[in-house]
Amino acid sequence: MANLEVDFLGMHLKNPFVLASGILGTSPSLMERCALEGAGGITSKSCGAEPRVGHANPVAIAWEGGVINAIGLTNPGAGEEVDLLRKTKKRLAAMHVPLFASIFAPTVTQFGEVARIIAEAEPDLIEVNISCPNVGSEFGTPFSASASSAAEVTREVRRSVGLPISIKLAPNVPNIVEIARAVAEEGADAITAVNTMPAMLIDAFAAAPVLKNRTGGLSGPALKPVALRCVAEIASRVKLPIIGTGGISSGVDAAEMIMAGATLVGVGSAVWRDGPAAFGRIGRDLSGFMDQERYNRIKAMRGKAIQ
Amino acid sequence: MKHEGLFTPYRIAEARIENRITRTLIFDAPMEGIQPGQYVMAWLPGCGEKPFSISGDEPLAITVADVGSFSHALTQLEQGDPVWIRGPFGVGFSLSGERHLLVGGGYGAAPLSLLARCAMEKGHTVAVALGAKTESDLMLVSIFRKMGCQVYLATEDGSVGVKGLVTGVLEKAFVEINPETLYACGPNPMLMRLARITREENLPVQLSFEALIRCGVGLCGSCELPEAVCLKLGIRPGFLICHDGPVVRV
Ligand SMILES: Cc1cc2nc3c(=O)[nH]c(=O)nc-3n(C[C@H](O)[C@H](O)[C@H](O)COP(=O)(O)OP(=O)(O)OC[C@H]3O[C@@H](n4cnc5c(N)ncnc54)[C@H](O)[C@@H]3O)c2cc1C
Ligand SMILES: Cc1cc2nc3c(=O)[nH]c(=O)nc-3n(C[C@H](O)[C@H](O)[C@H](O)COP(=O)(O)O)c2cc1C
Ligand code: FES
Repeated sequence: MANLEVDFLGMHLKNPFVLASGILGTSPSLMERCALEGAGGITSKSCGAEPRVGHANPVAIAWEGGVINAIGLTNPGAGEEVDLLRKTKKRLAAMHVPLFASIFAPTVTQFGEVARIIAEAEPDLIEVNISCPNVGSEFGTPFSASASSAAEVTREVRRSVGLPISIKLAPNVPNIVEIARAVAEEGADAITAVNTMPAMLIDAFAAAPVLKNRTGGLSGPALKPVALRCVAEIASRVKLPIIGTGGISSGVDAAEMIMAGATLVGVGSAVWRDGPAAFGRIGRDLSGFMDQERYNRIKAMRGKAIQ
Repeated sequence: MKHEGLFTPYRIAEARIENRITRTLIFDAPMEGIQPGQYVMAWLPGCGEKPFSISGDEPLAITVADVGSFSHALTQLEQGDPVWIRGPFGVGFSLSGERHLLVGGGYGAAPLSLLARCAMEKGHTVAVALGAKTESDLMLVSIFRKMGCQVYLATEDGSVGVKGLVTGVLEKAFVEINPETLYACGPNPMLMRLARITREENLPVQLSFEALIRCGVGLCGSCELPEAVCLKLGIRPGFLICHDGPVVRV
């Protein structure tokens, strides 16, 4: 049987699969459930300074290409989140599964403040979500849109906490390498690529957009080729480990992502069809693929497609 | 023309009045492959989208109590008006044994009527216990009777049946029917009382819970049954009402 273990920023994960932010990362029990089902790492739902209820329904639709969502960053606020993360961390640590805490903020200064509060829960890493496509009407253009704004947030969070940080990038930029390079120079330890792609679904019979927010983020199978391209470009040019995320729903998908240069593999929308059991299935799948193709370790596949 | 989109527009063929605040919207087309206890998401563009238990499949029907803005909008619709539906979603009831006791509070009676029909078609014994504040709040009583179910009633003001909560008629039903499984749909406090009673009786139970459904596809975490409730019920924490439920098997 192939060995799925991976080393990442001094952590040792039993497999490369990380629950992506915003998928079931809302409570200790749900994060524990995903770990029990086989996730190698867990990312919590993005949290900001204040509580947010998020957008009104419809907020998510699954269609043949995947999922489109505009949840709108629902979260309990950093104060409450710290308690929730502490409880989660304790349960996950018992299973040797690291906890990545995702944060967002509307301003550079607030990114630092939220990071400092969340750091009290001692997550294994802070993931900095600068790329949510669904709050533009309130927050303006995401910080992921340019190298300079992405760098500013990274610098602020780097100054604020000693924990490892990963910056989560958006796919809809003209030059993702330039942005990845800028955050690397400001001291990011890793890059998460990618967040969802801004998109719209229209119901012709209703003559209206399906989501109440009108637009949302596209994820799942339709996003995979976009994510693979982003990861491959970053991995070829920037020397940081990557949490490759977008459309991974089978072991072969995961192999593709690792061959594009990812160290870890984020899994989000795939949870839709079979629930958290998706982790077990994708893991067994990948192990089968590796046995068949004679890769004994994850490392042997990494970057193979971009050499 | 079969609609290939995400939602399917169903048109209302009949809006049947069930009680003071509740209507059953009977649509113009069936929904295939459903299990009693499953739900659909009903969307009115520009107004909102909420989950409703399926109360009929041939044709599709949902039973709506007017308690807030969205349910009010639904109950104001008339024959011919469209409602955008996606589903069926979730895990519903599954018949176990041949003698069934169904317990409904409020519009909970609606999905149970579909379950009763399935059981009666198999020649099983079905008893139904319904509770409400007062006689005029009860619903579907004559429909259950017409199907041949034994019906037990409880009202808080004693206007019909036993005075008090629906749990007050269970003792009698246990003795008369000797049920093999209890199935319930209604307000969460009623379900928690039933969980306790059935545990004492050592009776298998299937409870249909409600929660805030947002994504409806098991991704956002909004509908999680609180951990404390899971522990009380003796099920594994992290239960998602939209995906693992709405029916919980205890
Ligand atoms: C799996 C599932 C199945 C459901 N099936 C049905 C169904 O078959 N029929 C149905 O009518 N509804 C059903 N619901 C509830 C439905 O989805 C809505 O929550 C309900 O219609 C209220 O929405 P609203 O926008 O009208 O009211 P809101 O604006 O959300 O609420 C208005 C007020 O009513 C109160 N309220 C909310 N729900 C209820 C309730 N059930 N009884 C009394 N007061 C309430 C709220 O606390 C609030 O004070 C189901 C929910 C779930 C999760
Ligand atoms: C319902 C939903 C909610 C999400 N919420 C967040 C979030 O809060 N923060 C974040 O960084 N990404 C969020 N995402 C994006 C995912 O983390 C991930 O980057 C994206 O969905 C692509 O991966 P996938 O195709 O495996 O889903 C969300 C995605 C979905 C589907
Ligand atoms: S409503 Fe989103 S997980 Fe159930």
